[in-house]
Amino acid sequence: MTALSALIRRDIKIALRVGGGALIGVLFFLTVVVLMPFALGPDLALLSRLGPAILWLGALLASLLTLDRLFMADHEDGSLDLITMSRTPLELACAAKALAHWLAAGLPLVVAAPVLGLLLNLDMAATGAVALTLLAGTPALTFTGMIGAALAVTLHRGGLLMAVLVLPLSIPVLIFGVAASQAAITGPLSFGAPFSILCALTLVSLVIGPFAAAASLKHGLD
Amino acid sequence: MNRLVPGQMQLSGRGVTCVRSGREVFSGLDFEVASGAAVAVVGRNGSGKTSLLRLIAGLLIPAGGTIVLDGGDADMTLPEQCHYLGHRDALKPALSVAENLSFWADFLGGKRFDAAASLAAVGLDHAADLPASFLSAGQRRRLSLARLLTVRRPVWLLDEPTTALDAAGQEMFGGLMRGHLAGGGMIIAATHGPLGIEARELRIGGTA
Repeated sequence: MTALSALIRRDIKIALRVGGGALIGVLFFLTVVVLMPFALGPDLALLSRLGPAILWLGALLASLLTLDRLFMADHEDGSLDLITMSRTPLELACAAKALAHWLAAGLPLVVAAPVLGLLLNLDMAATGAVALTLLAGTPALTFTGMIGAALAVTLHRGGLLMAVLVLPLSIPVLIFGVAASQAAITGPLSFGAPFSILCALTLVSLVIGPFAAAASLKHGLD
Repeated sequence: MNRLVPGQMQLSGRGVTCVRSGREVFSGLDFEVASGAAVAVVGRNGSGKTSLLRLIAGLLIPAGGTIVLDGGDADMTLPEQCHYLGHRDALKPALSVAENLSFWADFLGGKRFDAAASLAAVGLDHAADLPASFLSAGQRRRLSLARLLTVRRPVWLLDEPTTALDAAGQEMFGGLMRGHLAGGGMIIAATHGPLGIEARELRIGGTA
């Protein structure tokens, strides 16, 4: 337990320091959302109709932005070797790293979403719904993205390959995240059904992500 | 298996074969290291010195043969009883020297020793609060060595351990290795130069 909390504390500390990735994600999220009204024009009705989708897409891209470094940084400086050798099962270490990444990079996106909702003419209820779906859905993005991050280490390719691998996996999360937000804002579907599926997707990814990532890392030992 | 006296350990490899990317690096390698002994793995570049250390550390899967540690902690696997000091220092530039060391002490677990004393032993006590990004190559190496002292493990796997160390650093490192061996530890080091302690030579990949 101390091993895992040490790993989580270290990763959060690195992410929050200068040169860490935590702030970059939020800034990117802000930039994407701020650009949207310029691209779509000042049609307030259109903006509020597209708002949830824009926020979700922004959050998805922002969470991918820093994810490729999740294992790559540890691989490059040799930390991953020591983590693999240690008594802590690699699956748990992967889960701890993903949790730390979500706390440092995913949670700020959820917090920033209501503020950015103002720019998209979303009312209080709508921004609340989007923030809630993001809170439930972003862990799934991190934990499925982790599989791509582990593959990027195994295949010795960073960056773009990871995005190509991970984006298709995040389509279900995107669909049900936006569907739940839309249901809460405009109906006619009930909020509960898509939101439950979104939560289920997150729970599945929490289980599958660490095992798949650890399997990939073990297979790619060199 | 149990013919060793208590407290004595022996690391032995039998017929170890290493294949990387379809190319056989070495095959049928036998070796034995007992408590208190050091082995210097020598051979030309590319002969598989690093691969051998990574095989023992469990970071590569042997294509054939076995590597076992007799007399160690029965609850732990061989890699869990090894320290691996590779080319890369496993340090985070954003963290301070003390934070880097205390992270590895917490993460690796087991019986830990005073981190401040370990830093003093490698001559880095004055730099404990500096970010690791400010360290020179030799100082980074010294910080990696402090990890070996803070978390005690019987088997040290050292890959070119004296790289970047100055003369005083090499002397200090020799003292640390002698202390480790005197405490019943064992050392397997891949090296081109003199190790600074008495060590049996294990040549792989033919004559240099």
